[in-house]
Amino acid sequence: MNLEELYQEIILDHSKRPRNFGALPDATVTVKGDNPSCGDEVELALRLTPERVDEVRFTGHGCAICMASASLMTIKIRQKSRAEVTRLLTGFHDMLTAPDPGPPPAELGDLQVLAAVRRFPQRVKCAMLSWRALEQAFVQSPVSAHPPAVSTEAESPAD
Amino acid sequence: MRSCRKGVFVHNSVSRSWLAIREDFPVLNQQVNGHPLIYFDNAATSQKPRPVLDVLAGYYERDNANVHRGLHELSNRATAAYEGARERLAAYIGADASEVIFTRGTTEAINLIVYTWAEENIHEGDAILLTEMEHHSNLVPWQLLAKRKKATLRFVPVTPEGVLDLDELDRLLAGPVKLFSFVHISNTLGTINPVAELCARARQFGVTTLVDAAQSAGHLTLNVRELGCDFLALSGHKMCGPTGIGALYGRKELLDAMPPFHGGGEMISSVAYESSEFKPAPYRFEAGTPAIAQSIGLGAAADYLDAIGRERILEHDQALAREAIRLMEEIPGMRILGPREERGGLVSFVLEAAHAHDIVSMADQYGLALRGGHHCTQPLLRKLGVPAASRASFYFYNTLEEVHRMVDVLRKVHAFFA
Repeated sequence: MNLEELYQEIILDHSKRPRNFGALPDATVTVKGDNPSCGDEVELALRLTPERVDEVRFTGHGCAICMASASLMTIKIRQKSRAEVTRLLTGFHDMLTAPDPGPPPAELGDLQVLAAVRRFPQRVKCAMLSWRALEQAFVQSPVSAHPPAVSTEAESPAD
Repeated sequence: MRSCRKGVFVHNSVSRSWLAIREDFPVLNQQVNGHPLIYFDNAATSQKPRPVLDVLAGYYERDNANVHRGLHELSNRATAAYEGARERLAAYIGADASEVIFTRGTTEAINLIVYTWAEENIHEGDAILLTEMEHHSNLVPWQLLAKRKKATLRFVPVTPEGVLDLDELDRLLAGPVKLFSFVHISNTLGTINPVAELCARARQFGVTTLVDAAQSAGHLTLNVRELGCDFLALSGHKMCGPTGIGALYGRKELLDAMPPFHGGGEMISSVAYESSEFKPAPYRFEAGTPAIAQSIGLGAAADYLDAIGRERILEHDQALAREAIRLMEEIPGMRILGPREERGGLVSFVLEAAHAHDIVSMADQYGLALRGGHHCTQPLLRKLGVPAASRASFYFYNTLEEVHRMVDVLRKVHAFFA
């Protein structure tokens, strides 16, 4: 396949007009994801309850894959339980990196369009950045004034 | 060592055509993703011509041995070739062979200065002057030193056009500044800095100078005496030589006064259990078995470049950059970084419609090798308000036709993402 096929309409759409983009004033946790070598930066702000993702928004800038992945992710995880979100995270990560992933899990919905990223190993980290920030948000205590930055630069061969 | 066995890079009076020269580079003759390779990542590393590859293979096939210590024929040959390469490189930069230390590259050369000269000459309260356009390799080592020594860093500002703002230079050089370390050609902006002027002004203040010549050594004629620098660092792999080899030039009287860098074999004159005596420069700074084949390969690369002529190379690189800029500026939302005058053969750019990674990935689909990211100049890009930039960097084996094909690809990228 060529790269134009990777950049499907839905990816271009979400990268140009990211959904849930902006500040979340009553966030209980914010995590910054940063891939300095490519200049991708995503700050994820969530209102987390002990059970679920109540609300999520993000800010930042990055390549089309990074922005589309973050935008689609926020749509998918809103109002989902932590267990569901963790399953989505695993499913998404496997879709991109598992040696023999099989067909993408149906529950990923529109996120399945990012399955082709696995053919471009240098771009896996772009797609994973917002998800690693999400994972970190779950790990962290509910409210943290100084969240540590996460990075996904080790997700694929260094460039 | 002038291994002109093939006769390809003997200095001759007849200029070979650029297309004939291009034939010397086997790697360029391939398809990538179904398109002829266009290699425009020369500022990251250059390709290697057949004569350099032949010298490397020939060394391993005929002469391989350790240097300076063997009493047998092969060791004599290896030593002669290794020291011949040092002389060749010294001539290439207008230095004496005793002033040329082989290092792994520019980064190690700068770190050598940090751990030898600066260790003895930078003290608490002193300052080191850099510029805002330094590669991380000429920034991070000084940050580490400044922290260790309680010294401070100063920076010559970069103007929005991408050149050094020299209005404040005298003020910045005054006071506790001991060293001024700066880049010759910026790997991000392409700016060619006025090295001779900067060194002369530093000298008026008694400030020692170090020039990062990583991007210039293979692209223009440089002579350390004419530049008037105290130290100069270069990388072999960016000038048609192998990876893992570079050099540090140091003015003789400075090198002779400097303590050793790494301890080990090759750098000592006599060793007792309690203490040792060290060889004079440059051997004092070359502990352990050196990168022998790579050094000889670098000497061959210097021969190769001089056979073409570095003035001719610079003119060619600059012509490609001018044409690229002229055509790229017609693309809507295109921002070219760096000055329009006094620039080398590289063009960094930002396209409003597409992020650098999207551009570089898509270019790769057309066999076009670009660079995208922060180019190891994060603070500079931050200052310019650019999260990431793409870069096309040219060399003498690139052609105008390749530049035109690149611009076609960039137009496609723009149309796709806009």
